[in-house]
Amino acid sequence: MPDETNASMPQVLTRRDFTTGRTVRWCPGCGDYSILSQIQKTFPELGRKKEDFVFVSGIGCSSRFPYYMDTYGFHTIHGRATSIATGLKMANPDLSVWIATGDGDCLSIGGNHFIHLLRRNLDINLLLFNNRIYGLTKGQYSPTSEFGKVTKSTPQGSIDWPFNPPALALGAAATFIARSIDVESKHLQEMIKAAYKHHGTSFLEIYQKCIIFNNDAFLTLTEKGTKADRQLLLEDGKPMLFGKDLTQGIYMDCACPEVIDLTDGKYSIDDVLVHDKTDRMKALILSEMTYRPEFPVPLGIIYEVEKNTYEDLTYQQIDQAVEKVGPGDMDAILRAGHTWEIK
Amino acid sequence: MSESKKRPGKSVKEVDQVTIRFAGDSGDGMQLTGSQFTETTGIVGNDLATLPDYPAEIRAPAGSLAGVSSFQIQFGHEDIQTPGDQPDVLVVMNPAALKVNLPELRRHGIIIANKSTFNTRNLDLAEWDVNPLEGDALLEYTVVSIDMTLMVEKALEGLRLTSKEVARSTNMFALGLLYWMYDRPIENTIEFIEAKFKSRPEIVEANKRALQAGYNFGGTNRLIQTSYRVSKADLPPGTYRNIMGNHAVALGLVAASQKSKLPLFYASYPITPASDILHMISHYHNFGIITFQAEDEIAAVTSAIGASFAGSLAVTGTSGPGMALMTEAIGLAVAAELPLVLVNVQRAGPSTGLPTKTEQADLFQAMYGRNAETPVVVLAAATPSDCFSMVYEACRIAVRHMVPVILLSDTYLGSGSEPWRLARLEDLPPIENHMITDTNGSFHPFEIVDPKTMARGWAVPGTPGLEHRIGGLEKDAVTGEVNYEAENHEQMVRRRQKKVDVVAEYIPPVATFGDESGNLLVLGWGSTYGAIRATVETVREKGHPVSHLHLRHLNPFPKNLGDVLVKFRRILVPEINLGQLARIIRSEYLIDTISYNKVQGKPFTTGEIEEKVMELLKETEDA
Ligand code: SF4
Repeated sequence: MPDETNASMPQVLTRRDFTTGRTVRWCPGCGDYSILSQIQKTFPELGRKKEDFVFVSGIGCSSRFPYYMDTYGFHTIHGRATSIATGLKMANPDLSVWIATGDGDCLSIGGNHFIHLLRRNLDINLLLFNNRIYGLTKGQYSPTSEFGKVTKSTPQGSIDWPFNPPALALGAAATFIARSIDVESKHLQEMIKAAYKHHGTSFLEIYQKCIIFNNDAFLTLTEKGTKADRQLLLEDGKPMLFGKDLTQGIYMDCACPEVIDLTDGKYSIDDVLVHDKTDRMKALILSEMTYRPEFPVPLGIIYEVEKNTYEDLTYQQIDQAVEKVGPGDMDAILRAGHTWEIK
Repeated sequence: MSESKKRPGKSVKEVDQVTIRFAGDSGDGMQLTGSQFTETTGIVGNDLATLPDYPAEIRAPAGSLAGVSSFQIQFGHEDIQTPGDQPDVLVVMNPAALKVNLPELRRHGIIIANKSTFNTRNLDLAEWDVNPLEGDALLEYTVVSIDMTLMVEKALEGLRLTSKEVARSTNMFALGLLYWMYDRPIENTIEFIEAKFKSRPEIVEANKRALQAGYNFGGTNRLIQTSYRVSKADLPPGTYRNIMGNHAVALGLVAASQKSKLPLFYASYPITPASDILHMISHYHNFGIITFQAEDEIAAVTSAIGASFAGSLAVTGTSGPGMALMTEAIGLAVAAELPLVLVNVQRAGPSTGLPTKTEQADLFQAMYGRNAETPVVVLAAATPSDCFSMVYEACRIAVRHMVPVILLSDTYLGSGSEPWRLARLEDLPPIENHMITDTNGSFHPFEIVDPKTMARGWAVPGTPGLEHRIGGLEKDAVTGEVNYEAENHEQMVRRRQKKVDVVAEYIPPVATFGDESGNLLVLGWGSTYGAIRATVETVREKGHPVSHLHLRHLNPFPKNLGDVLVKFRRILVPEINLGQLARIIRSEYLIDTISYNKVQGKPFTTGEIEEKVMELLKETEDA
């Protein structure tokens, strides 16, 4: 487990240890600033040595992230942060590997590596900066943009149906699926810590505002007047309540969820569905709510289960091989099969 | 105790070298038969070279022309450079195998056919109008037609086996017969059978009996009264084994990892004909080696780049179509100045092409197949065993200079084999790297730490105090900070070129085989080595002056290459492509070359090259 390194840790790190002198080049008001700041605030609390952190990114606005973190970092190529991080983590499992990626980078060009990372379950933390648009290429629709979105490349409206990221992750056998929002700093910090703690691939989707090209994407989720009715803050073992005074809940009638009102006397709190982050069926139902306007948007840990990590199994196989045939002997493998002497 | 000592043969004839081709249906076990014959031939001390040939489909319809698989071996008591142009002996297990392979059999060659399979159905499938074993289609050959299946059935009487299992032992009969004909012991194959079918004693017995039956049959047949003796080759003393190119790559990588003390990370996506490298390395996990079967070639190369960043000896293996997918990532490794080895076992293309056939047409791809000014080091192995040395060399260059290196092999080398005098770890050259753990407070990730190799320091994540960022954006030449300035970019473009250029300082000068100057030089690279060398030897023996130069380093070229080339009036460049090296030579040295090209998915025969050489020599004499 990653936390075990605490004991031998003389350094006390602060937020400043993770900031670089570099000018950050995101647009003023971009949601990436908040995410960077929550990471820098959280990292000192994780109890890891500074040199163990590595940030890997692909291409896009969010992928500039490593340049602003004073850790090891690798700004790679479009869509491949996931596969580069895979090799890095396998080669050195003692590192704390983080991926900063966007909806285009992760789900469009990098879709294939994304699903394979999840199913292999390496102990890597993937932060998906989902702004539902292409920012760096100046405003084309992305794989999470809504159907019909009018953008530079879709003047008549996009005819692509968006990916539902948590549902996709579930389909890819992810072991940790969570969601947060750039502006909810406390919640985001909690989710960052939870992602770190999870031993396996942690998929954290962060709704992020692109002020330039998709300013309104999460408006109702973040505006004071509407957010209480739109955010379903999940807590493990707690009923799924939302609304200003937590007077609305999620109710399951047979296989279909519905929203119930606890004030009209028909239902009580006991009728409300209780969140169980290890329940795959509930995770599926929660994921499905993502794009359904009649439901609030689930935030928090949607799903978390323990499973062997790929790198643990990799090194186990190495140990087993050593146990079975002994440590590698070059001379022996050169001589494998038939050899003969010529005098 | 050996049966093989009681030779029932009537006469023994001494021969210098022989080429045998085993051919049959994909299900007939021809590759196994061939590799057994090869192993035994190595053990008796002959030099040899082999060439397997199999269909792209795993199981084409039984008996069909598409399903024919073959294995050719040339062996002899002299230096053997190629698997032989035309077989002297063709063993055919069915009519389709005869149909496909007959055109290549030497005139007056021997056909050994399993008569039992020449029934109407198989003859139809193979598109023979009449049974060739009965008509006069084969008059110019010696035909030994044997009811092998029947004889095997007899030999296996009493064993509880299905008729299919009985039929499957027929290849051992053929092998036994060939052992008798060429005076080889059967013990090695018996050991092999016992080990391979350990859990099935009946099958062991069946194969042993079939092998023995074939062996005993020799000398009893009217047409096979002679056995041939090929005396031992004059090879340098040492311990030998037979090795295929792909296996040599695998062993070379393990050796490089051992010598460099860098953990090997081998990532690959299955692709013909490179998959065997992955298979083999996967057996070496006890060396602490990580193998990773990625989801595609992009993930293979990028995971290797991630592992390289982490301080591993990072390698990926593929074939041309896979390397095409890796293109962008190779650019990243160039920009990030990370060591990476990419092995391309070339196959015939374009696109999916002929996946199981050989070609050397990815030279341009290796040299130039990337966006922008993105030079990489390119090497090529010349023979199956040379794959060991060259992949080791690739690793050495990659970590010494912090650059990606592409090694070109091909189907012919990858699955062809030859005897190899075992390397010893202690004799291999050292592998230096530029890993840094401490810089006394002044660490600049892109600073060149060694002006000779132009390597930057390899500071790996986990090292305290050396936190830094790398990436694909243009960087400042020292600090490694993102830098978009015009002059810095040009400086970096030139630096990346120079990193490749300085490798030339470490390449030994090339020397010609034959004369140092003259009218004709045959210049080759990669797997054409054997055919060219054998030809040049033959032509020289006949008294004609011709020389051979073979390139293993293609980018950069050896420093003295230009000086060597200008000493010849004409330069013939045989290639299994449309003249890729020839064009590079012309553009690099302004020296004209004569291309000789063949792109049939097959290697050159020595006959083909000889004809071309003689033609050119004659022209020069006439002129
Ligand atoms: S374009 Fe959008 S996502 Fe990119 S930096 Fe600007 S605001 Fe942020």
